[in-house]
Amino acid sequence: MQPNLPVVRSAPVSSGKASRQPARGKQIALALSVPLVLIAAWFVTTEAAPLFRPNQLPSPTQVLHTAAELAAGGDLTRHVSASIGRVLSGFIIGASLALLVAVAVGLSKTVERAFDPTLQAVRNVPSLAWVPFLLLWMGIGETPRITLIAIGAFFPVYVNLVSGIRNVDRKLVEVGYVFGLSRADLVRRIIVPAALPYLLTGLRVGLGQAWLFLVAAELIASVSGLGFMLIDGQNNARPDIMLVAILTLALLGKLSDSLLRAVERRALAWTDTFQGR
Amino acid sequence: MSSTIRIEHVSKSFEAGKPVLRDLNLEIRPSEIVSLLGPSGCGKSTLLRLLSGLERDHEGHLLIDGQEVLAPTRAVGLMFQEPRLLPWLTVRNNILFGLNARDRRQADGLAQELMEQVQLSGCADLLPRQLSGGMAQRVALARALATEPGVLLLDEPFSAVDALTRMRLQELLLSVWQRRRFTMLLVTHDIDEALYLSDRVAVLSGRPATVREIVHVDLPRPRDRRAAEMLRLRAYLLEALRIAGAPQLTGYGTPFGV
Repeated sequence: MQPNLPVVRSAPVSSGKASRQPARGKQIALALSVPLVLIAAWFVTTEAAPLFRPNQLPSPTQVLHTAAELAAGGDLTRHVSASIGRVLSGFIIGASLALLVAVAVGLSKTVERAFDPTLQAVRNVPSLAWVPFLLLWMGIGETPRITLIAIGAFFPVYVNLVSGIRNVDRKLVEVGYVFGLSRADLVRRIIVPAALPYLLTGLRVGLGQAWLFLVAAELIASVSGLGFMLIDGQNNARPDIMLVAILTLALLGKLSDSLLRAVERRALAWTDTFQGR
Repeated sequence: MSSTIRIEHVSKSFEAGKPVLRDLNLEIRPSEIVSLLGPSGCGKSTLLRLLSGLERDHEGHLLIDGQEVLAPTRAVGLMFQEPRLLPWLTVRNNILFGLNARDRRQADGLAQELMEQVQLSGCADLLPRQLSGGMAQRVALARALATEPGVLLLDEPFSAVDALTRMRLQELLLSVWQRRRFTMLLVTHDIDEALYLSDRVAVLSGRPATVREIVHVDLPRPRDRRAAEMLRLRAYLLEALRIAGAPQLTGYGTPFGV
């Protein structure tokens, strides 16, 4: 009698993730090097060896001074919190609607044929083109602004999630069929998790779009927000105020993207994909 | 738990194609292990998909414990050629995937027991990307058995792993079967696998598939893969398979049966 082969537990294959990553400090230093060089160049061309007049390009110290002034007076906080509030509500509304519509379109060819062409047409309307129309319909106030931001956040989430759903491995969906999952369970337990990488990309791009549309939204007879600060700076010939608004927008945009990226990293720890070299 | 499978006059063709199965008949007793051996592309997998309820619209009857198969049920487990684990779930949650939420809450014992039987104790919290091919296929086996089906259908389950791992998995499958005694129908193109595992081997013809011959393997388990009787049956099956596949190589004007 041939002896049975022993079944030994094979060691888990190491994932290879997180290797080749330089130390965190090094990463941060590398990421900061570009902005630091830019600020140095800005400083040199405005103060050390002035190439620009202050009413064209104010120096970094002047901008910092203006920012401190605006912060001390409470204006900066007021504008920033007004803008964050608008971006968040617009983003949440737009992204939630996109989630529902994308699942419906992703699951059914018929729904796709009915709705997708129209949505693609609407998607290509430039953000500013909406402004007069939204004003006419909703009057002056928060509603048209948040609506505009929601429109901006909707499409990246919609487009990415639909293609995510259409990229779900048919073989995994079949596993759901084998266990007799209901349609709702199939969506919840297989399709949405499998499309999660696409959904999270959509959310990140959508949040970025929300910030882009914010400025357009705050051109609508606004009295607060970073977009208003820009207009205000323009009207009063204060490029320093404009720069404070622009830099704050850049900072907030980067910060919100980093937050979503952190969520993404945690939620997608299971993926086994190329991470770049 | 083990069930009877009855396949009665089953034919199947897909739209705009030659028939895949023609008047196929086979009866499998409770706890029996039967292999379907046939030329590749002959429709073996289609038969399994019909039995599992994944594929429909056939002629004839497919009965499990006298019940016509209409849709996938928890009474029938299916193991695919690939593990098809859900990459975002841990080993434990993959194993319990087929259970509904209520059962899952009380399933700690079951998960533990299944992981022991497929020799994966201690791997509960690993993710599929951390598993080797053989480990992943063992998780797939445990998942298929978690609903305690009376029938386990296997579609070339070990064809993607190396020869040594394949032999170990075959032994493991038998050891699990010896405890649980489900009825097994296995599709394979590996004669040795069919001989090592099965009580009977059904040799199918090329497309459209029908049962050409049934070979009984009356040898006690565990079997010696190199026993004289195994070698004799192997040579016999090889010849039967050659004859079964022959029309495919010459017929219908398509070269090489593609």
